[in-house]
Amino acid sequence: MTGAPPVRTYYGRAVLKRPVWKLYVPAYFFTGGIAAGSALLAAGGRLTGDARLARRCLLTSSSAAGVSGVLLVADLGRPARFLNMLRVAKVTSPMSVGTWLLTAFGSAVTAATASELTGVARRTGRTAEAVAAVLAPAMATYTAVLVADTAVPAWHDARHQLPFVFAAGAAASSGALATVLVPDAQAPRRLAVGGAVVELVATEVLQRRLGDVAEAYDRGRARRAKQIAQAATAGGAVLATVGRRHRVPQVAGALLVLVGAAAERLAVFEAGVESAVDPAFTVGPQRHRLASADG
Amino acid sequence: MTERMGFFTDTSICIGCKACEVACKEWNGVPAADKNGGGFEFLAQSYDNTGELGADTWRHVAFIEQKGPADRGADGEFRWLMSSDVCKHCTSAACLEVCPTGSLVRTEFGTVVVQEDICNGCGYCIPACPFGVIDQRQGDGRVWKCTMCYDRLRGGLEPACATACPTKSIQYGPLDELRARAAARVGTLQAAGVTEARLYGADPDDGVGGMGAFFLLLDDPEVYRLPPDPVVTTRDLPGMWRSAAAAAATLAVGAAAAFLGRRPRR
Repeated sequence: MTGAPPVRTYYGRAVLKRPVWKLYVPAYFFTGGIAAGSALLAAGGRLTGDARLARRCLLTSSSAAGVSGVLLVADLGRPARFLNMLRVAKVTSPMSVGTWLLTAFGSAVTAATASELTGVARRTGRTAEAVAAVLAPAMATYTAVLVADTAVPAWHDARHQLPFVFAAGAAASSGALATVLVPDAQAPRRLAVGGAVVELVATEVLQRRLGDVAEAYDRGRARRAKQIAQAATAGGAVLATVGRRHRVPQVAGALLVLVGAAAERLAVFEAGVESAVDPAFTVGPQRHRLASADG
Repeated sequence: MTERMGFFTDTSICIGCKACEVACKEWNGVPAADKNGGGFEFLAQSYDNTGELGADTWRHVAFIEQKGPADRGADGEFRWLMSSDVCKHCTSAACLEVCPTGSLVRTEFGTVVVQEDICNGCGYCIPACPFGVIDQRQGDGRVWKCTMCYDRLRGGLEPACATACPTKSIQYGPLDELRARAAARVGTLQAAGVTEARLYGADPDDGVGGMGAFFLLLDDPEVYRLPPDPVVTTRDLPGMWRSAAAAAATLAVGAAAAFLGRRPRR
C-alpha cells in the first residue's frame, strides 16, 4: 500500500478467506433497494392522491422483493435448506434480522399488491401497504450492516458510511425506475436525482474515511464498477434534471441512474473481495492499530 | 457446561511431522484435497504442501525458513519455524454470532462446532472469521472446520491431533491449566535467551475475548498467517445499527421530501 512499509506474510497468502458469495448477493442489494424505495414511493403516491403512481410502484416493489428472495436462495450452498433461516431469530446476525425483515416486508407488499390488483380486502391491503412502507427504510439499509459485520476490511472499516451509500442507492434506483414506468410523476424524478447526488457524496466520503484500505476500491473489477457507477450516476442525474420537461432525456437519465446504482453495489462487493484476498489490507491496519496503542 | 477445554500449541517444539494433519483427516473423515492448495499439489513453500486451513484442512502445519534474530548473536544463522494452526474456538466467535440458522453452536466444552445437518451454506461465517479458518466445501455447499474432535471429547478421549503429536507441541486440556502452563513455558524460554518467545491468543482481554486454541510463537503472528490484532466484528454491531438507523431515517425523510412542492399533474 502507498506509503506503508510492506507487511510480513506467510508466502503472501491471505489471512482472510475469500467470500464465497456469488454475484447474486450484490444483485440482491440492488433489487432489495428497489423494492424498499418503491414501497416508499407507493405510500407517497397514496398519500398525495396519485393512485397510478401508488399502483405501479406497488407492483415494482413486490416484483423486486420476489426476485430478491430468489436471488438469496440461489446463493445458498444448500438452496433446499433455505427454510433453516427461519428456525432461529438472532439479533447478533444481520442476516437473520434481514431474513425476518425481508419475510415481513415481502409478505406485506405482496398482500398489498394482490389487494390492489384484485380489489379484494382493500382495507387489509392498505394496512399491508403501510406496513411495507414502514419496513422499507430498514430493508434498504440492513444490507450495509450485513456486509460491514464481517472481518473484511473494505466493508467493516466502512461500516458508518455504507448504510448511507445503500440508502441513497435505493432512493436513486427506485426513483429512476418509477420515472421510467410512471410518466409525468415528479416525485420519482426528484427522488432519483436526490438519491444519485447523495450516493456520489456518500461514496466519496466512504473512500476518504477508509484510509489505506480505500485502495481496494481502485483495483480490478472494483475499480471498473466504481468508474461506471460514478459516470452513470452523475451523468444520469444531470440528464434527468436538465431534460426534465422532455420524456426522452428523462428516461435516458433515469436508466443511467439505475445502471449507476447497480454498479455501485457491485463496486462495494468487489472491493470487499479485493481487500479480503490481499493480506496487506488485513495485517497493515492491525499493525498500525497496535503501534498507536503502544503510543 | 463442563470445564472449558482448549488447545495450547507450543510451536517451539513442533518438528513439522504433520502427524496432526493426518490424524485429523483420518479421524474426522475429511477429504484429502482442498481448494486452498492442499492435496496433491507441490506448493514450493518449504515443506508445506497443504497451504492453509480450510473446509478440508482442520490442522495445518506452517513451515517458515528464515535467518535467526540478529540480537541472539546467531547473525545470519538459518532457522526453521514450524507451527500447527487450527481453529481458535474464540470466546467471542464471529462465525457463531453471525450464523443465521443456528448451525454454529457453543458446546459444553466451550468449543465452537458446525451442525452439518443445519448448515444451509449461506457463507456468512466465512468472511466473518478474522482468522480465515472456516470455509465452504466444494461440491458440498456447507461449511466445515475443526470440531476439536467433539465426538472424542464426549467419549472422554483427547482430540486426534493432540493424541498423535509426538512432541506434545499440541497440548489439550482445561483452558485455565493450559494458560498457566504456557505462561511458565514462555518464562522458561525467555530465561534461556529465547527472547522472541511470546503467547498468541492467551489473553482474555484481546479482540476475540481470548482463544480456546492459543499458541506460543517465535515471531510475529503474521509470519505464521495469523492476524496480529484480530477483533470479533460483532463488537462494533451496535454502532453499525445506529448508523443504519440514521441512514434509514434520512431515506424516509428524503422520500417524503420528494413529494413536497407541486402536486403531480393528473
